[in-house]
Amino acid sequence: MSGPSNKTYDKQNPAFYALLVALVLMAVGPIYLMLVTSLKLNVDIMSDTSRLFFMPTLRNYETALCDFLWYEPEHIRRCDPTFGRALTNSLIIGLISTAITLVIGTMAAYALVRFRFMGRDVVSIWTLMMRMVPPAVLLVPVFGIWTFQFGIDGSRGGIILVYVALNLPFVIWILQSFIVQVPIQLEEAARMDGAGPFQVFFLVVLPLIKPGIAAASIFTFRVAWNEFLLANALSDRNSRTVPVTIVNSLTEFDIDWGVIMATGMLLAIPPIIFTFVASRQIITGMTAGAVKG
Amino acid sequence: MSVARAARLTPYMFLAPAALVLAVALFYPICYMIYASFLDWNPSQRIGEAEFVGLRNYIKLFGDPNFRESLWVTLKFAGIVVTLEMFIGVGLALLLDRNIRGMSVLRTLFILPMMIAPIVVGLMWRYMYHPTVGIFNKTLTNLGFDTIPWLSDGNWAFASVIIADVWQWTPFIFILSLAALQSLPSSAIEASKIDGATGWQQIIYIKLPLMLPVLIVTLLLRLIDSFKVLEVILVMTNGGPGLSTEILSLRINRTASEFRELGEAAAMSNLLLIVLLILTFAMFIYNKAQDARAARLRAVEEEA
Repeated sequence: MSGPSNKTYDKQNPAFYALLVALVLMAVGPIYLMLVTSLKLNVDIMSDTSRLFFMPTLRNYETALCDFLWYEPEHIRRCDPTFGRALTNSLIIGLISTAITLVIGTMAAYALVRFRFMGRDVVSIWTLMMRMVPPAVLLVPVFGIWTFQFGIDGSRGGIILVYVALNLPFVIWILQSFIVQVPIQLEEAARMDGAGPFQVFFLVVLPLIKPGIAAASIFTFRVAWNEFLLANALSDRNSRTVPVTIVNSLTEFDIDWGVIMATGMLLAIPPIIFTFVASRQIITGMTAGAVKG
Repeated sequence: MSVARAARLTPYMFLAPAALVLAVALFYPICYMIYASFLDWNPSQRIGEAEFVGLRNYIKLFGDPNFRESLWVTLKFAGIVVTLEMFIGVGLALLLDRNIRGMSVLRTLFILPMMIAPIVVGLMWRYMYHPTVGIFNKTLTNLGFDTIPWLSDGNWAFASVIIADVWQWTPFIFILSLAALQSLPSSAIEASKIDGATGWQQIIYIKLPLMLPVLIVTLLLRLIDSFKVLEVILVMTNGGPGLSTEILSLRINRTASEFRELGEAAAMSNLLLIVLLILTFAMFIYNKAQDARAARLRAVEEEA
């Protein structure tokens, strides 16, 4: 529209900026409201007045995280370790499943691109089809198989296995598009110098597709971190993840909004950080499917 | 052990782990589900003990008014949500496709709703819709209006769920259409400007037709995803009041865990999968057709 330079900006009319502000408020407003509520005492949440002025407090976070604190907050009579345990589970499950998905996903994507023993069409239709499978559809069979055949229900390993399978198609799909761009001459040169196929892969290819790996790992971790349905079906008391505990505490009649918003905030923080750190990669990952075709 | 043989085996070694995981944890469960949809099976039985009942689960489903209601709610939800999001998202993209400071910050803020856990999104909206402490009813009371039964009345609950989904997913369409707009050939737009096209004419005759391929893929992607929505609604209404917001994936979850009818739940999953399969194939075939058209155009250009 206005030339290649990025430094100059067009002047816009004030109504346009008003619209922008309104949009930003709409997008961020609910998240801000959650943050504010998590910093309020229940007295402040329930009262009709004093909407703008209240004493921010970390009490709700202390209640949620009491297991990890080195001191004992005086307002807690008995520490409930449920949330602390769930947070540990979520972290372990998220990190391990991301690591496994990425390692085997990159290897598979590399093989599919470089050794060309299946048409790219075949692969892309399969990954597309697998990508559209909703977790709700896997609920019944995964529950049945994990419980009766593999005997890994109620363990973290069982949950990790589903998440790896759920994320692999997308990871393979997105990494393919990055690996295609690695010049084959580089690999041939490395092979001439006597590198084996695994050395070529780990020392030459991997460093070149770092941006793709970053995008893929954020998407993978996010799915594992946010997923509820399958974790709910497969976990037992000791392997529950954060989304499961949040939903469980909602079914009680008297909802403690302050604490539940604090736990929601804790669950939301990692994805928010990723978004600010790597929004470019996330947008690349999101648009890869549609815009490139 | 020759070098040549090792080289021939390499691709398989690279592929094996992924293929194994996918086979065990994705293909096998899906086949298992298709088989289970023909069984009368409850969660305390091993699958071998379940009785084979042929198509009974499917016949029962289509005779069940609750299932038909849920199917209707799902289709209504997907249709309304995707239409609204396409209009708002594409509209905003056309409006904001300008050279302004801070566009990347704006885009970053817009992706936040999609990145946050659906559970948390449901939580935030449930809090905002709360009859007494929620921000909407508080504001209405302060302004002297009557409060609205956001989540306790069937029709309002359906609308509330739609609003939450539009909030969460409109940015997806906005970002994809913005990317499409910014990759349009500037020559076409320049040419239309020289010919004296107004802003609206540029949009209707140049920009939208050129964006169409991306828009169609975006529409299909979003449609597929809208059938997967579950957690947000689960937290906000749990399908209620009555069946007013009980979309199919929620009903699958309830049939399996509350009614303990795994066979019926599997049959339902199967139907959902078939719908999504059709949509995915539509998308793939559309993509292929586009590629073929592009190739033909290129060939014509080279001849000329």
